[in-house]
Amino acid sequence: MEPKEIAERIKESFPADVREIAFFAGQTSVTVGKDSIKDILRFLHDTPELYFDYLADLCGVDYLGKKEPRFEVVYNLYSIRHRHFIRIRAEVPAEDCSIESAVDIWAGANWHERECFDLFGITFKGHPDMRRILMPEDWEGHPLRKDYPLKSDLGSMEWRGYTELLKTVEKNSQYEVR
Amino acid sequence: MATAQKKLKKELTINLGPQHPSTHGVLRLVLDLDGETVVKCTPHVGYLHRGTEKLGENSTYLSAMPLMDRLDYVSSMTNDVAYCLAVERLFGIMAPERAQYIRTIVSEMTRISSHILWLGTHALDIGAMTVFLYSFREREWILDLFEMLCGARLTVSYPRIGGVRNDVSQEFIDSLYKFTAEFPARILEYETLIDQNRIWLQRTKGIGVISAEEAINWGLSGPTLRGSGVTYDIRKHFPYDAYDKVDFDVPVGQHGDVYDRYRCRMEEMRQSIRIIRQCLEKLPRGPVMAPDAPKLTLPAKEKVLADMESMIHHFVLITKGPMTGQSGEVYSAIEAPKGELGIYFVSDGTGKPYRMRLRSPSFVHVSALPRLSEGALVADVIANIGSVDVVLGECDR
Repeated sequence: MEPKEIAERIKESFPADVREIAFFAGQTSVTVGKDSIKDILRFLHDTPELYFDYLADLCGVDYLGKKEPRFEVVYNLYSIRHRHFIRIRAEVPAEDCSIESAVDIWAGANWHERECFDLFGITFKGHPDMRRILMPEDWEGHPLRKDYPLKSDLGSMEWRGYTELLKTVEKNSQYEVR
Repeated sequence: MATAQKKLKKELTINLGPQHPSTHGVLRLVLDLDGETVVKCTPHVGYLHRGTEKLGENSTYLSAMPLMDRLDYVSSMTNDVAYCLAVERLFGIMAPERAQYIRTIVSEMTRISSHILWLGTHALDIGAMTVFLYSFREREWILDLFEMLCGARLTVSYPRIGGVRNDVSQEFIDSLYKFTAEFPARILEYETLIDQNRIWLQRTKGIGVISAEEAINWGLSGPTLRGSGVTYDIRKHFPYDAYDKVDFDVPVGQHGDVYDRYRCRMEEMRQSIRIIRQCLEKLPRGPVMAPDAPKLTLPAKEKVLADMESMIHHFVLITKGPMTGQSGEVYSAIEAPKGELGIYFVSDGTGKPYRMRLRSPSFVHVSALPRLSEGALVADVIANIGSVDVVLGECDR
């Protein structure tokens, strides 16, 4: 089935939830609200003509200051039997940073959701094991959020070679031609 | 006597890894044992987490390339190809035909080198030491060919957005041709060592069985999925580079056990040789970098030194990144030796990706280890780790 038709099918079945259908670089993405995300995913998985049996990828995106709601959870779905592809983007607001888990539809979603929780702080309701996965258990903050700094100020714990380099730069700056 | 029996029944928790030779890197498994049967298996990953996605979002499209080499460090060439293809799809350009053929050749060489490394270490885990020594001989040969091609052996950074870095030399083509002529005999050699070996068969047949439906549901990909009999190969489903112009088969298994996954990889190496042969014979003439994308690819060095326009392009590309992008998003996947390596870009039109997501096959495969190992013996856990073929650099990113 053509991706456009699939998007139409989703819109027919869930008219209140579909926010936007976008086409870019030959791929179709459907933006939906998070309230009935589980029903939409179950519909995509269970309908025989759609049969999205393979969850290619699940990840989060942080649109801080770019748009509202702030977060999105992106599902890249593929049907190995029918050979068609669609992307579902579920909007997740920062105030209520949670979404239904898809683990009982695709078992492979388990670790992707844990990673999304770890790096974005989005909790997945109904997930069997919601723990951090890549970062240490006692880590504070969620590194892939856009307001999380790339590099922190370590102060006295900074590597000596780097502080020496900074001192050299400062010393040399007096010779700079203005 | 009664207390002794009570003690024997007690469950034992053991810690496998992160520093253990048969966990293929820094993978840690916590195993709850009842006797020698695994009751519960909990993988812990993240020891090699370097924040590649965050670093990629803070560097330009051009400068993120070396990060890709360090994901799956035994097959860096395919990682680079995946990255370049994703950026090309995002910007809507195509590499010239010759570059596509060269990329196909190097991808298949990487597949062979990754599979023989896998074969050697997997056999070593199970107790067949000889294969390891033989397979490293051939891996060395491929690494030498890479060195001849681009000067680097492991972290190659050879493909470029819009093509490849430099053209192949006649010397390289000749040596590679010689390799394709000799390698099939070497595969036979490995098979003589283990294919009929009774210990090997007992350790692999009927171990770590996963059905086709379940394997798809878990999101497995590559030879690990095809061992269960699913013909999902991205080279056939979404052909990229020159894969739609060459003829090859997709080997599949039947039982979904460790042995079938081993057979799939062995047959895949033969198919890779077939693909390389065809590419070498068909290799078209022409440029190796896309000529129609001056705002995306670095101009030639001699032009930068002589031509004002090229110098400006060079300067802007290095400092700000390619500025011709539109807002949009693309998910692009390739068939890496381990499985589906997907890259998801969200672009906001600037020279840096707004979001760079790496879907690595090893991450998904490690997540399925409890499913494969629970209820089996400790020795089978080792066979399972080997058979799903994981590299932790890619898993932890």
